[in-house]
Formats: sequence, structure tokens, C-alpha cells
Amino acid sequence: MTTDVDEMTSDAPPAPTAWDRVKLARATDRPTTQDYVAALFTDFVELHGDRLFGDDRALIGGVARFRGSTVMVIGHQGGTNTKENISRNFGMPRPEGYRKAQRLMRHAEKFGLPIVTLIDTSGADPGISSEERGQGTAIAESLMTMFGCRVPIVCTVIAEGGSGGALAIGIGDRLLMLENAIYAVASPEACATILWRDVEKAPEAAETMRVTAADCYRFGIVDDIVPEPQPAHEAPQEVIAATGDFIEQALRDIQSAFDPETEDGVAAMLDARYGKFRAIGAWRDASLDALDSATPES
Amino acid sequence: MRNFFKRQGKFQPRNGDDRNDQIIPEDLWVKCPKCSELIYSKELDRSARVCPKCGHHFRLRARHRIRLLVDPGSFEEWDTGLRPEDPLAFVDGQGPYPDKVERTQLKTGEVEALITGVCRVEGRPLVLVVADFDFLGASMGSVWGEKLARAVERAGEHGWPVMTVNASGGARMHEGLFSLMQMAKTVSAFHRLGERRLPHFSLLVDPCYGGVTASYATVADIVMAEPGALIGFAGQRVIEQITRQKLPDGFQTAEFLLEHGMIDFIIERQQLRQQVRTLIDLYMRDGENEPAPVVATAASIDVDA
Repeated sequence: MTTDVDEMTSDAPPAPTAWDRVKLARATDRPTTQDYVAALFTDFVELHGDRLFGDDRALIGGVARFRGSTVMVIGHQGGTNTKENISRNFGMPRPEGYRKAQRLMRHAEKFGLPIVTLIDTSGADPGISSEERGQGTAIAESLMTMFGCRVPIVCTVIAEGGSGGALAIGIGDRLLMLENAIYAVASPEACATILWRDVEKAPEAAETMRVTAADCYRFGIVDDIVPEPQPAHEAPQEVIAATGDFIEQALRDIQSAFDPETEDGVAAMLDARYGKFRAIGAWRDASLDALDSATPES
Repeated sequence: MRNFFKRQGKFQPRNGDDRNDQIIPEDLWVKCPKCSELIYSKELDRSARVCPKCGHHFRLRARHRIRLLVDPGSFEEWDTGLRPEDPLAFVDGQGPYPDKVERTQLKTGEVEALITGVCRVEGRPLVLVVADFDFLGASMGSVWGEKLARAVERAGEHGWPVMTVNASGGARMHEGLFSLMQMAKTVSAFHRLGERRLPHFSLLVDPCYGGVTASYATVADIVMAEPGALIGFAGQRVIEQITRQKLPDGFQTAEFLLEHGMIDFIIERQQLRQQVRTLIDLYMRDGENEPAPVVATAASIDVDA
């Protein structure tokens, strides 16, 4: 189920700018993790708490049935109103959120359940108590956990993929992204403040940071784009259903590529997961340039 | 005292954290930012840039750290040809990214923010990975990730332990999502090293923030920090702006992290070499420098008998 990006965007003049995509990704009515869980999963049993400190409502998860199979679903969750936003910390997880996610991943591993993650956060919580409880360490432990997790993992950026807070549930065998989702190392506002010293430059920052799904696909970071013929907040049921089809297909692809029921299959799957991230980077080797130029032209 | 300063027209004591390794005449004296002691520059260098009066650890350039840690002449640097690309065609208020890289290279004498290689510490082989904060705030980009992954993979092939010395101001914003993904790439390299039961010793030095703190630096087998080093995920200004709360005393210092259970111990710079040697010997039990343990000898006698 490969989507041709050019084909997808060529018929739609004028193409939305990066900043338009940022605004679409952040649209208040855009479906959240809970909407996806309600529409695509049945028998969802939410599991709470990290067993260490608390329960982070900004990162939720549980077991559920997805297209006939039991899976573990984990996703960021913000609020739909001010009160809920405060209780869910605007979808910005604290260390206990990441530690809960790790617990659920180990749980999934124990029972051989594939993991589906839904990414939608502006970033990890930048608060005093989060620092006290080791925010950096918690995110790092999540990354480490996902690289070793012996079950298939499919990650989908459904709205805003913000920095380390997003990546912490973003390591998997397939990374999907909705057409109007964004994925960035820092918010355009933060980037504008740091590099232009002017938050008003956020639209320019969004453009130059290459945060759109098409960019991430072109860079080889994202495996597939879920098209949004209409933005997700205008046609939620259609976009959610399409997302479900992409996730199902991705899980099938992993199952057929690796046979994760066997030891060898798991080893091959983890090798491929390693290789996927090992290959990401943009650099050149100047010592090879030197060799090339030292070779006499014939 | 004030007259003394006036007489010395060129005398400008500077905050030692701002200066490079090179000594220029105006920089003969350095003022300790902690105890305000004026220290003769050469004396500071002789004491590993630790204030002789109060023990404040000044920042160190990467190559200075390497010199202090390794057996003289034993450091063999790897992958010196790797250079950043500009996948985003990134331009900010200061111009295009490649120009910024070039200016930084000229200013710092380094080609990137991470130096990797293999060395010996009192004869023991060790893969050494050191960040240079002067190079774009030791921001982690694609070259960092690639150099580190290669170094860790080589450590795995040869059965060598790895030590990382980590400073960072955060992500290499100019490389966008590529920069973020280096967190994943570096952690995965160490995940593999761990499967081979080879240890990773991480030293956090001032300042260590962002993606480096949230990736391989804090999930090492041993996590150490230099005294007084500031270490965190979010920067202090960001936290203050967003929470509008006053930060507690000593917030994000090495001592604060130790108290909150986030690091194994604090190590003074002059003790580091000895400590690393001890760690290598404890973990590399089959190492070439390790005398046969008494228990094993007794067991082999039993087998013979």
C-alpha cells in the first residue's frame, strides 16, 4: 500500500504550505488517540500507572482487539477542553508516562501482542518535577525498550509529532504518518525563537524545518503516508478508517516479512528495526572525496 | 586593588568558561566563576582546569579531555572524513547552514562536534567518544550519529568497552528530523553493544541537555557526572518561561541528579583516569591485562586433579 506523494499532491492546487499543515495538525477538532481507539479497536481495556510513581493521563494505553487480533495500543492524549487539557497536561507526557508505556510494551512482549502507537504531542513536559524524576532518562529508556521489544511495532503520527516526546513511542518496524500530520525536532515556534530570536518567524521556520509528511517520506524516515482527501477534523470517520487500513496492512507486512512467531523471525525483525534507524542520516565522507579527486582521470 | 587593575591597561580577567585552549596574552589570568579567585592560566591548565581554590570544574575542549584521559600517543581517531550535509537546504537569520558549519570549523579547528576513536588507558583498550561543546553547542546531528554508531559497532566487533563524554546544547536544529532520529540511532547502537555484554560508561559534563540526555548518555551501564555540571532534558530558561516557577537551588546540577537517583556517582576530573581504569578491569574480566582470578585458578587445579 505505497502512496505516491507526487500523485497525491499534484491535483490539489494550491498546495498547502508547511505552516498550513502545522495548523491542520493542531486543529482543535482533529481526532485524538481516544477517537482512533473508539473507532478502530474493540474491547479496549485501559491500563493505568507506571508502578513507580503515578499515572500519566497524557500518555494512555491498554489492550484491545484490532481487526481480529489482540494488540497493545499506546498513544498521546491531550484534552478537548481546558479542564481536560489541564488534567492531561496538554498531551505532554511526564516521566511516569514514558515509564507506563515501557511497562505496557514489556507486557505486550510477554503475551506476544503487536504494539500500535499513535503519536500526537507537542513534546515532553518541560517542568521542574519532570526534570526531578528524570525526563531525559525516561525517554532514553523508552527508546532502548522499543529497540529490544520482540513483537511487531507500528507507529503512526496522527497529528503533531513533537521532538523527543514523540520519538519516545516512535521506534518501530513501520512508521506511518497522516498527510496533514507534522513531525519535527522542535516546534516551529521554538525553532524560530532559537534561530531567529523571533517567535513570529514560526511560519518560515516550519517551511525550512521540512516538517510535513511529504518531507519525512522524501527523507526516507516515514514509510507510508495516510492520505487525507479531506482534513481529518472535517472527515474524521473516513480518515480514521483509512488509518486503520494502513496500520492493518503494515502489521500484515511485518508478519509476512519476518514470521515473528519464531525465534529467527524475531531476530530478523529486530535486525531490520536496527537497520532502519541505523541508515537515517545525511552526511558525506570527505576522505572518500579526496580519494576520488586523487584518482587520475583517464 | 582597583588601582592595580587600572595600571594594567590590557588586563582583562575573563570568565574561564568562555575561552579556548589557546593562551593569548590577555588571557594569562582567568577568574573562577564560582569563587572569583584569579588563577594563572598555565596553573589552571596544569590542574586539568579545575580551580585550585574551590574545585570548580571549568569546561574543557574535547581534545584536552582526551589528552587527560588516555595513555600518551595512544589515541587513534576514527572517521575524521565525515562531514555534515544540508538535507533541508536550511537557511536561518544567520544564513545558510553550510556557511555556518564552515565558519564553526574555522573557529574551532574541529570538523564536527563529536570525536571518536580507540585509545588505551594504562594499557587497556577503550573506545572513546567525546563531544566538543564549542562546535555549535555540541548539537547532535547526522555526523554525530554516524560516527557514534560506527565507533560502537567497532567496539562490538573487537570486544572493547566504550566510554562517552557527553556535553550538548540539544539537537542540531539545522538538520531537522534527521537530528531527532540520531537519538534513535545512537540508542540502538548501544542496545546491540549491550547484547554482547560490553559495557558503556557515560560521563556527563557541563552542560548536557536535550536529545543527548534523552538518549544514549543516560542509559549507559554506568552514568557518571562531573561536579557542578548542569544536566537536564529541558533548558532552565525554557522551564522558567513555561512554568513561571522559580527553579530550586542547585536545580539540574550533578549533585541534584545524584540526590534524585539519576546518576551512579560524581567523579572529580583528577580521579577520572583511575576510575575508568578500575571500571574496565571490573567489567572486562577476560581482558588481556587481567591477571587470572584466584577462584578460576583454584577451579582449574581441581579439574586437573
